[in-house]
Amino acid sequence: MAMDDPRVVVVGAGPAGVRAAEALVKHGLRPLVIDEAPLSGGQIYRRPPPGFRRTTKELYGFEAAKAEAIHRTFDGLTDVIDYRPRTLAWNVQDRVLYTACDDVVTPVSFDALLLATGATDRVLPFPGWTLPGVYTLGGSQVALKHQGCAVGRRMVFLGSTPLLYLVAYQYARAGAEVAAVLDTAPFSAKVRAVPKLLSNTSMFVKGLYTMAALHRLGVAIEHGVRPVAVEGDDAVAGLRYRRRGEGEVRIDCDAVAFGFGLRPESQLADLADCDFRFDPVFHQWLPQCADDGRAGEGIYLAGDGARIGGADAAEVSGELAALSLIEDLGGGPGDKARSVELSRRLSSLVRFQAGLAGAFPWPADMARSLPDNAIVCRCERVTAGEVRQAVQRPLGGGCEINRAKAFSRIGMGRCQGRFCGLSSAEISAAAQDRDISSVGRLRGAGPVKPIKLATVLDE
Amino acid sequence: MPQFVRLKEKSRPRVTITVDGATVEALEGDTLLTALLTNGRRVRESEFGDGARAGFCVIGACQDCWVWMDGGERTRACTTYIAEGMTIFTHNPEWPWTTPA
Ligand SMILES: Cc1cc2nc3c(=O)[nH]c(=O)nc-3n(C[C@H](O)[C@H](O)[C@H](O)COP(=O)(O)OP(=O)(O)OC[C@H]3O[C@@H](n4cnc5c(N)ncnc54)[C@H](O)[C@@H]3O)c2cc1C
Ligand code: FES
Repeated sequence: MAMDDPRVVVVGAGPAGVRAAEALVKHGLRPLVIDEAPLSGGQIYRRPPPGFRRTTKELYGFEAAKAEAIHRTFDGLTDVIDYRPRTLAWNVQDRVLYTACDDVVTPVSFDALLLATGATDRVLPFPGWTLPGVYTLGGSQVALKHQGCAVGRRMVFLGSTPLLYLVAYQYARAGAEVAAVLDTAPFSAKVRAVPKLLSNTSMFVKGLYTMAALHRLGVAIEHGVRPVAVEGDDAVAGLRYRRRGEGEVRIDCDAVAFGFGLRPESQLADLADCDFRFDPVFHQWLPQCADDGRAGEGIYLAGDGARIGGADAAEVSGELAALSLIEDLGGGPGDKARSVELSRRLSSLVRFQAGLAGAFPWPADMARSLPDNAIVCRCERVTAGEVRQAVQRPLGGGCEINRAKAFSRIGMGRCQGRFCGLSSAEISAAAQDRDISSVGRLRGAGPVKPIKLATVLDE
Repeated sequence: MPQFVRLKEKSRPRVTITVDGATVEALEGDTLLTALLTNGRRVRESEFGDGARAGFCVIGACQDCWVWMDGGERTRACTTYIAEGMTIFTHNPEWPWTTPA
């Protein structure tokens, strides 16, 4: 694939995309970098709007230095790349990436496409989760980081993910009232995961510090709970939950932030024909790519959009994927020694993530016990009962999740299955007493997010 | 009682917008979601008659925070920044009633 002026496109200006762009520029390329956000930084290093005053230390805590480095690196690149902020990449077809900014759609043909699209919260529904006042954990963090707001006056944090403790701590530090941190995993899961977590001592210590700090701030932490229902007529008034081996408890609150880890934004990878496999450790379908980011001819994946690895792994995998891309373009052997070093670091970070997946397991049983009348798809208001009925119909288009989609409209709403895909698969599997890996997955479709009716402009 | 509570960055200039005909005060740099939820507890009605919604993901992924601009154009409240004099509707102005499914 040797060519004089190859068109290289990077989607995403988070840690993965920034490090990828930096490496591409270092090797003489001028990539096009597309991000739908107005500012670079991605999720973890998201930058505040103009006019906000908090310091990076206040915004990013432990990770302030890394955030500054990513911001500085990207700001140093904007003159030597073609940066298009506020631009959504919404489809890929025949080596053309379709982008949209305001009312203008621009097709961009590419020789190489590096997808660094990041992740969103992975959720499982429970009764009342559509009420005003219920947010994702990541969303509650963004409200604080990006807008200086708590999503409620009296907060309950719930879920199974390191973000649970981190966000609760950030809220408590900012002066919010944290009524409880409810971890759905038993404490024993954490103890069992310690050997793997020790592969990254500094991350492990930060995790312990966060939990200890919550304790010091007097925040109640419970392990092994199951949410029963969010209560409230028009908005959150409380949460009912079950303690292990005990009865139900009710706690007053006006906001619940919850999440069970992350799921990759892998729709573009899907549209670019990447292969997907069910990953038993991370308990979800992931696009397949080699450790060096190669995912198909001219297609590269990096960061949390490929495999949940966290921000440090995103930086490493972004640079690594860019080096693979450079090598494939025929611009020389890339930088072999650097690639080897990056691969080594990446595999250690991935080992740590596998440890985290064990410490913060996905509570699949919540899908099985979800009442029939609970909403699973918040876009089209599809209930658990409707999903169960759809997969149990005697005739239909195959006994899997796409049948549930055809009969119940699950996954056909405007979020494109981001928030119901995994839970509806879990419900379908449980209803048929099958393993979730055997019921298939919802396919990504373009546009990956709703776009305005627009003028098409050819480049 | 509003849903969102301002904890930080409170000394930004004030901006006034119009929501369903009423004047709403917010701060420069707010998203529409922040402006709406520091003044109340809802963003929109579900089309399916199951009550109010007030966003969910806050990062432009769930599409559960749609509101309408003056010209009838739809926008995501969580990724749209307010501007002085902005006029929005929390229901489709061309179709002012919600439709229970
Ligand atoms: C809300 C949220 C908060 C988080 N907070 C933390 C935290 O505090 N600490 C932590 O360790 N981890 C956090 N994470 C995990 C996070 O995924 C990683 O830490 C890290 O940000 C991953 O880096 P990345 O470069 O892979 O992706 P991201 O940082 O997510 O960057 C991806 C970028 O791609 C852009 N993008 C995606 N799809 C498109 C498209 N189709 N068109 C155009 N642009 C697109 C996005 O706008 C985004 O800027 C958070 C995740 C989420 C979802
Ligand atoms: S709150 Fe999810 S898209 Fe706005």
